[in-house]
Amino acid sequence: MSETVSAAEPGKAPEESEQCESYLEAGGHTLMSWLTTTDHKRIGILYAIAITFFFFIAGIAIGLVRLELMSPRGLFLSDDEYNRLFSLHGIVMVWFFLVPSIPATFGNFFLPLMIGAKDVAFPRLNLLSWYVYLLAAGFACYAIVAGGVDTGWTFYTPFSSLYSNGNVLAAAAGVFVAGFSSIATGVNFITTTHMLRAPGMTWFRLPLFVWAIYATSVVIVLATPILAMSLLLIIAERLFGLPVFNPNDGGDPILFQHLFWFYSHPAVYIMILPAMGVISEVFTCFARRHIFGYAMMIYAILGIAVIGFFVWGHHMFVSGESQFANLMFSLLSFLVAVPSAIKVFNWTATLYRGSISFEAPMVYAMGFVGLFTMGGLTGLFLASIPIDVHVTDTYFVVAHFHYIMVGGSVSAFFAALHFWWPKITGKLYSEAWARFAAVIMFLGFNSTFLPQYIMGYTGMPRRYHVYPPEFQAYHVLSSMGALVLLTAYMLPLVYLTWSLFHGKKAPANPWRATGLEWQTPSPPPEYNFEEIPRVDTLPYEYHPENQGGPFRPQGKVIGGK
Amino acid sequence: MEGFAPKASSYASQWDWFFFVLVTVSSIVVATVFVAIVHFSIRYRRGVNARREPVSETFSNRLEFSWTAGTALAFLAIFWWAAAFQLRDFVPPEGALQIHVIGKQWMWKIQQPNGVREIDEIHAPIGRPVQLIMTSEDVIHSMFLPALRLKQDVLPGRYTYLWFNADKPGVYHLFCAEFCGTSHSRMTGRFVLMTPTEYSRWSAAQPEADNLARQGQALFSSLGCSGCHSKSSSVPAPDLHGVFGNPVQLSDGRSIIADEAYIHDSIVLPEKDIVAGFAPIMPSFAGQVSEEQIIKLVAYIRSLSTERHP
Amino acid sequence: MSDDPSVVQFPWPTVARQREGVAFGMWTFLGSEILFFGGLLLTYAVYRTLYPQAFNSGSAATDIFYGTINTALLLTSSFIMTMALRGSESGSRGVVAACMLTTAAFGLAFLAVKGLEYAEDIDKHLVPGPHFPLHPPARLFFAFYWVATGVHAIHLLVGILVAVFLGIRVALRQMAPESTAIEAASLYWHFVDSVWIVLYALIYLPGRSGA
Repeated sequence: MSETVSAAEPGKAPEESEQCESYLEAGGHTLMSWLTTTDHKRIGILYAIAITFFFFIAGIAIGLVRLELMSPRGLFLSDDEYNRLFSLHGIVMVWFFLVPSIPATFGNFFLPLMIGAKDVAFPRLNLLSWYVYLLAAGFACYAIVAGGVDTGWTFYTPFSSLYSNGNVLAAAAGVFVAGFSSIATGVNFITTTHMLRAPGMTWFRLPLFVWAIYATSVVIVLATPILAMSLLLIIAERLFGLPVFNPNDGGDPILFQHLFWFYSHPAVYIMILPAMGVISEVFTCFARRHIFGYAMMIYAILGIAVIGFFVWGHHMFVSGESQFANLMFSLLSFLVAVPSAIKVFNWTATLYRGSISFEAPMVYAMGFVGLFTMGGLTGLFLASIPIDVHVTDTYFVVAHFHYIMVGGSVSAFFAALHFWWPKITGKLYSEAWARFAAVIMFLGFNSTFLPQYIMGYTGMPRRYHVYPPEFQAYHVLSSMGALVLLTAYMLPLVYLTWSLFHGKKAPANPWRATGLEWQTPSPPPEYNFEEIPRVDTLPYEYHPENQGGPFRPQGKVIGGK
Repeated sequence: MEGFAPKASSYASQWDWFFFVLVTVSSIVVATVFVAIVHFSIRYRRGVNARREPVSETFSNRLEFSWTAGTALAFLAIFWWAAAFQLRDFVPPEGALQIHVIGKQWMWKIQQPNGVREIDEIHAPIGRPVQLIMTSEDVIHSMFLPALRLKQDVLPGRYTYLWFNADKPGVYHLFCAEFCGTSHSRMTGRFVLMTPTEYSRWSAAQPEADNLARQGQALFSSLGCSGCHSKSSSVPAPDLHGVFGNPVQLSDGRSIIADEAYIHDSIVLPEKDIVAGFAPIMPSFAGQVSEEQIIKLVAYIRSLSTERHP
Repeated sequence: MSDDPSVVQFPWPTVARQREGVAFGMWTFLGSEILFFGGLLLTYAVYRTLYPQAFNSGSAATDIFYGTINTALLLTSSFIMTMALRGSESGSRGVVAACMLTTAAFGLAFLAVKGLEYAEDIDKHLVPGPHFPLHPPARLFFAFYWVATGVHAIHLLVGILVAVFLGIRVALRQMAPESTAIEAASLYWHFVDSVWIVLYALIYLPGRSGA
C-alpha cells in the first residue's frame, strides 16, 4: 500500500514533468510530421479528425431526411434523392463512423498506454490502416459525389447486384477497402494485447476498456472478411456479370443476407463493446469504487463476443428462412442478451456505497446506461419471433438500433471524449457547458427516437419517403427532437475547440483515476513511458470509504505524474 | 385505441396482448434500474455521510449469481412463450382460400382463385382461412399487413406463404416493407376485408374471367407443354396427372413433394430436379413465361390432381 | 541470434519477442483470411448441394491438366519457401535470397499457366454470358470458378511481390537474413498454397471419379 496516493497530491499541476516533451511537441508541428507519424497517439487523433468529418456528413444527410419527413407527401426531395440520402447516412455512419469510432481513436490512443506499452505492436501497419481508411473514404466520397447509392446500408441482392441504378460499385468498394483498415487495426490490437503488456499486467488485471477493445478486435478480425467476400461477390456480379445471387440462374438472394448478417450482427458488437468498456472506466472512477463483478464483466464481454456470432439469423425471421432456424436464432438471441443485462446490473451496483460525483463524463455515462437499457430491452421484443414479424422493417427496429448505436455507442464516445480530453490535449474544458450538452443530448435523443417506437408499432415501414398521413404527428415530433439532438452534437465541437486555445492546463490526473495512462503527464510523452512500468495491482483500486480519499494506481510510472 | 393501430384478427389481438405484456415488463425493468441509479446517486453522492466499506465477497457473488440466473430464466420464459405463440399458428388449416400475389417494382399484382385480377388491392373474406401464395418478378419485396400483425418477404424465384383468419371487415393498409428501389414507399395498397357474402358479391361483379386452371390449360397447349407432357407424345416426358401434392422420385435418389415451388422450378430451371427415369431434355422456359403465367400453369397442374381424387 | 539492431524494431524489447509477435500477428491475419475464403466456400457448398449435377458438368468442362500442373508448381514453391526459412534461421544470406527469388519464380510460373487456362476458358465461352454452353446452374459453378481463382491469383501476386522484395533486399544487404519478415512471408505463402489445394479439389475433381 506504499504506493497509495494521498488525497491532496494528484490535484497538483505537474510542473515536475516539464522535462518530458509531449507527443504533441516531439516530432514537430508540421503537417508532414502528422502524416508520417507512427505514434499511436497521433494516429488516434488522425482517425478522430476523419471520423468527425464523416459523422457530420452522415448527420447532414439524415437531417435532410428528417426535414423531408415532416410532411407525408415530402417537401423538396424526389424518391431517388430520398433513397440516396438515407443510404448515405447508413453506409457512412456504420462503416466510416461507428465501426472505427471508439477503437480507432481511443483504442489507438489508450490501449498501449493502459497496458504499459510504448506503442502498438506494428506502428507502421497502424499508420497504413489510416491511409487505407482514407482510400476507402475516397471511394465513398466518389460514390456520393457521383450520384449516390440507393441500396440502403444492407446492399440486399438482387436489388444491389442487378437492379439498382445507383453507384453500388464505388460504395461497395469503399466498404470493402474500409474492411481491410479495420482488420489491420484489429490484428494490431490483438497482437499488442497479447505481446506487449507490462510486467505484472496479467489478463485479470487488465482494465475493462482493454478487454473490450481486445474482444472487439477479435470480432473485427473474424467477421469483417465475410463482409468483404459478400461485397466482392456483389461487385463480381455487377461488374463482370458473374451470377452468384441471381435467381434466374438458380442463385439464392437469401444467401447474401446470411453472409451479410454474419458480419453485420457481430458488427453491432464491434460498435457497442468498446462503449461498454468506456462506461466501466468512467463509472468506477466517478463512483470511486472498484467495478462490481470485475471477472463477471470480462466473461460478459467474451460471452457477447462469442454468442454474437451465432445470432445473425434473427435479422431474417420474415425472409423465408426455415422455422426451425428461426427458433434457434431466437433462442440464441435471448441468450446473448443475458451478458448485456448483467453488465447493466453491474454498473448500477458499482454505484452502491460509492462516493459519486457528477462530472461531465459521468453524466454522459449515466445517459448511456439509461438509453442502452431501453434499447437492449426492445431487443428482447425483436428476438421474439411473432413480435419481430410485425415490427421488423418498421420504425420500431430503427428506434431499437439507434438506442443502441447512438444512445449507446455515441453517448459512450462522448463520455470517452470528455473523460480523456485532458489527457489527450492537456487542456480542461468547461464543465458547465459539457454537462449541459450531455443533458440536452439525452433529452434530444429520446424525443427523436421514442416516437419512432410507437410509430413502428402502429405499422410505419422504414425507408418510406411518402407515408399515410396518420403517421405525421410522430414524424414531426421525431424531426423536432432531431433538431435538439443536432444542437447537442454541435455544442462539444464549440466548447472543446475553445478549450484547445483558451482552456486551463490540465493536471496529469484530473479525475484521480487508477489507470496507467493517468500516471503519465498530460499530454503523454512521445514514447509513453521512459521505462516500462511494473503493475502490481488490480485495476480500479479506489477507496470510497475515505471521502474522495486515496486510490492506488496500477503501477508507478517513471517520469510520470 | 382503435384508430391507433387497428386490429383485424384474433391473432392480432393476442399479439397486442403479448406486446403490451412485454412493454409492461420492460418498463418495470427500466424503472427499477432508473430508481436504483437515482437512489444511489443521492445516497452515495460525494460529500455526504454513508456506509462505504467494501461489500463482502459472498454477498456480491450471491448477488451476481442470482441476477444472472434470474435474467437467464426470465429470458428463457419469454422465448418459450414467443416460440409457442409462433408455432401454434404456423401451419395453415386445410381448405384455405388461396390468393396469389406477385410483387414487382413497384406494384402488387393479385390473382383471386376465380381468376379475378387486382392491382395494389387484396379483397379477402373474413371468417375463413385465407392463404397468400407470393413470389416476386424482380427484387425482394415484403408483404406487410399491419392490421393482422403479419409480414412475409416476397422473393424472386421462390414462393413464400402467409395465412390469416380475419374477423373484422374494413379497409386496412398494405405495405411493401422491404426496400425495393425508387418508388418503394409508393408500393402500397388497400387490404379490404369483407363478410363472405359481400366477398362473393364483389367477386361476381368483377369483369368475367376464366378461373386460373382454365387459363393455365390454354397456356399449357399454347406454350407447347402438351407436345411432350401428354400420353400420346413420342417424347418421353413425365405424365402430370396426379403429380401435384405427391412425392416425386428424382434421378439422383432424392424424393421431393411436388408443390408450387417444385412445378415453378421445373419450368424455369428444369435441370435442377430431374424425375427418375427421364433424360434432362426439357428446355428452360425462364424469360419466356411470366410469374403470372406460371401461377396459371401451376393451377392447371394442380387441377390435374384434384380431378382424379375429387 | 543476438538483439541485432537491424532486426529488432520499435516497440519490441527483444528479437525473440518480436519474432513471436510477428508470427502471432501473421497467424491472426491468416485467421481472418480463412474466414474470407470461408464465405466463398460457403456459397460453393450451398450451390453444390442444390445443384450437384450442374456442378459435375461444370467441373467436367474445366481443364484438369492445367490445374494439376499448377498444384505441382505451388507445392514445390512451398518447399523452396521452407528452405528460405531454414536459411533465415541459420543466417545465411545467399540461401535466403536465392530461395525467396526461386519461390517467386515458381509463383510466376503458376500465374503463367493460369493465364493459359483462362485463355482457353474464354475461348470455350466458359465465362457466364450469352454464349455460355452449359445449363443455367452451371453458371453458378463458373461464377465461383472465376471469383475463387481470381481472388487466389491476387493473393499469389501479393505473395510474389513480397518474396521478390524481401529476396532483393536481403541480396543487397539492406536487410538481415534473420529478419522476422521472412517467417511472416513464409506463413503467408503456405496459406496461399493451402487455399489452392482446397480450390483444386473443389474445382477440378467433382464428378471425375467413377463414371
